[in-house]
Amino acid sequence: MLVLEGISAAYGPIRAVRDVTLRVPEGKIVALIGANGAGKTTTMRTIAGLLRPVAGRILFRGERIDGLKPYRIARLGISLVPEGRQILARMTVRENLEMGAFFRRDRAEVEADFERVYALFPVLKERERQLGGTLSGGQQQMLAIARALMARPKLLLLDEPSMGLAPLVVQDIFRTIRAINAAGTTILIVEQNVRQVLAFADYAYVLEHGEIVQEGPAEVLRSDPAIAAAYLGGRGS
Amino acid sequence: MLFEQLLNGITVGSTYALIAVGYTLIFGVLGMINMAHGQIFIFAALTAIVTMSAFGWPLLPAFFVSVACAAVLGALLEAVAFRPLRKKDVPHLAPLISTIGFATILDDAMIKLFGADSRFVPGKLGGSFSVGGVDVRTVDLAILVAALGLMALLHLWIQKTPFGKAIRATSESPETAAILGIPTDRVILATVVLASGLGGVAGLLLGLSYGAVAPSMGVGLGFKGLAVLVLGGLGSLPGAMLGGLLLGVVEVLAVAYGSSTYRDAIAFLMIILVFLVRPQGLFGETPVQR
Repeated sequence: MLVLEGISAAYGPIRAVRDVTLRVPEGKIVALIGANGAGKTTTMRTIAGLLRPVAGRILFRGERIDGLKPYRIARLGISLVPEGRQILARMTVRENLEMGAFFRRDRAEVEADFERVYALFPVLKERERQLGGTLSGGQQQMLAIARALMARPKLLLLDEPSMGLAPLVVQDIFRTIRAINAAGTTILIVEQNVRQVLAFADYAYVLEHGEIVQEGPAEVLRSDPAIAAAYLGGRGS
Repeated sequence: MLFEQLLNGITVGSTYALIAVGYTLIFGVLGMINMAHGQIFIFAALTAIVTMSAFGWPLLPAFFVSVACAAVLGALLEAVAFRPLRKKDVPHLAPLISTIGFATILDDAMIKLFGADSRFVPGKLGGSFSVGGVDVRTVDLAILVAALGLMALLHLWIQKTPFGKAIRATSESPETAAILGIPTDRVILATVVLASGLGGVAGLLLGLSYGAVAPSMGVGLGFKGLAVLVLGGLGSLPGAMLGGLLLGVVEVLAVAYGSSTYRDAIAFLMIILVFLVRPQGLFGETPVQR
C-alpha cells in the first residue's frame, strides 16, 4: 500500500533520515521503532507531506505522493495522528471531528462515521461540546485518532500514540488500534513502547541515527537478543 | 448630550472595529500584521467615491465597488507580499516588510490616480431624527447598523460554517489543518480577501461619517485598527469588535469633555492603561501549557 524508496529528509542542513526504504502492505500493522532522535517522526512527517524529501520516492497505492501538498496526501487517504496529538484546543470536540471530515462531501456517510467513532470512544460523545484543550491527555489522544478516522483513511499513521499516557490508558489505546486495523485500516505506527507494539504489529523496522538498521516480522524481532538489550530494557521475558 | 456623544462614539468605534477585524483575521491565519490594510481600504473607498461621482451612482453600488476593489487588492497582496515568503528559511518578520512595501506603492498610486486632496462623498445621507430626546443623525444610524450587522454576520459565519471553521483551524495550527485535508493556502487567500473586503466597507462608512476621504487617512486609521487589534487581544475577534467600540467612545468623549487636540493622545493613553492592567489585551489568552 505504501512504499518508501531511498527516502532522505532534512531539517535545514541537518539530514534527519537517510536512504530509508520500507513498505507497508495493505491490511497490516507495521511498526517503526528506535531511540529518541532516530528519525521516526521525521519519516512520518515526510510521508504526510509536511517535509519534502531531498531524495527518494514515496508511492501510495502505486502512485508517487512525494512532493504533494499535505492536504492532497490527506485527501488520497493517508491520515496522520501527529506526535503530541495536536488537538485544535480552541475548537470543540465535535468541531475537531468535523475538521477531520472537512473535505468529504458524502454528508450521510460522515454522520454515520460520527456514530462509529463515538461508539469507539464513548467519552468523546459525552464531551462533544467541550473545547479540545480541556480534555485529559488520554482523551486528547482518543480525539486525535477519532479525528483521523473521520477522513476514512486507507492508511493511518500513528506517531507515538502512547506518549505521556498512564499504562491503563495505553492498553486502551492499543486495543483500539488493533480494532481499527481489524476493521480494515492499514497502520504504520511509531512507538517507544517497543515491547507492547511488537506484541501486535505484523512487521517492524528499526531506525538508528536516521537509517534502517534492522527489519523483520515482529515476533522475530521480539526474540532478537540485540533488540531486547537495546529497546526492551532487559526487564523480564 | 452624553447619550448623543456615546452614540457618536459607538458609531465611529464600530468602523474602527470593522478595520480591526481585518487585522485580526489576517493575524489569525498568518500570525502576521498586514501593514497595507489601511492603504487598501482607503484606496478602495476612494475608487468607489470617484466611480460614484463619475457615473452619478447612488450609495449602494458604491459599496460593491469598494468591497470588490479592496478584495482584489487583498488577493494581490496575498499573491505578492505573503505567499512568496511562506516557505522555510524566510525570517519571520519578512512579510511585515513586504506589506509595508505594498502599502507604499498603494500610497503613491492613490496620489497619482486620485490626487492628494480629500474627496467628498456625494449623495450623503442627510437629516436626523429624535429618539426619546436624543438626536440621531441618519447617517450615523446607517453606519452603526451596517458595521454591527456585518460583524454579527461574520461572527456567525466563522463559528458555524465549515469554511469559517477551517479558518479557525488554520488560525490555531496551519500544520494540523493541512494534515486534516484543509487547503490552507486557499483558506489564507480567502481570509485576506475577506479581511480586505470588510475594510472596503469600513473605509466607505468612515467616508460617510467624516464626509470625505483622503489618501493620507490610510496610515492613521491603519494604526488605530492596529492598536485595537492589540487592545482586544491579538487574534481575538470579539476583542477587536469590543476594542474598536471602546476606542471610538473614548475618542469622542475626549473631544467632548477635553480637547480635540489631545483626542488621539487620550485614546492611546487609555490603551496604555488597559495594558498595565491586562497585558494580554481585553480578550487575549494568557499562555497556557497544553
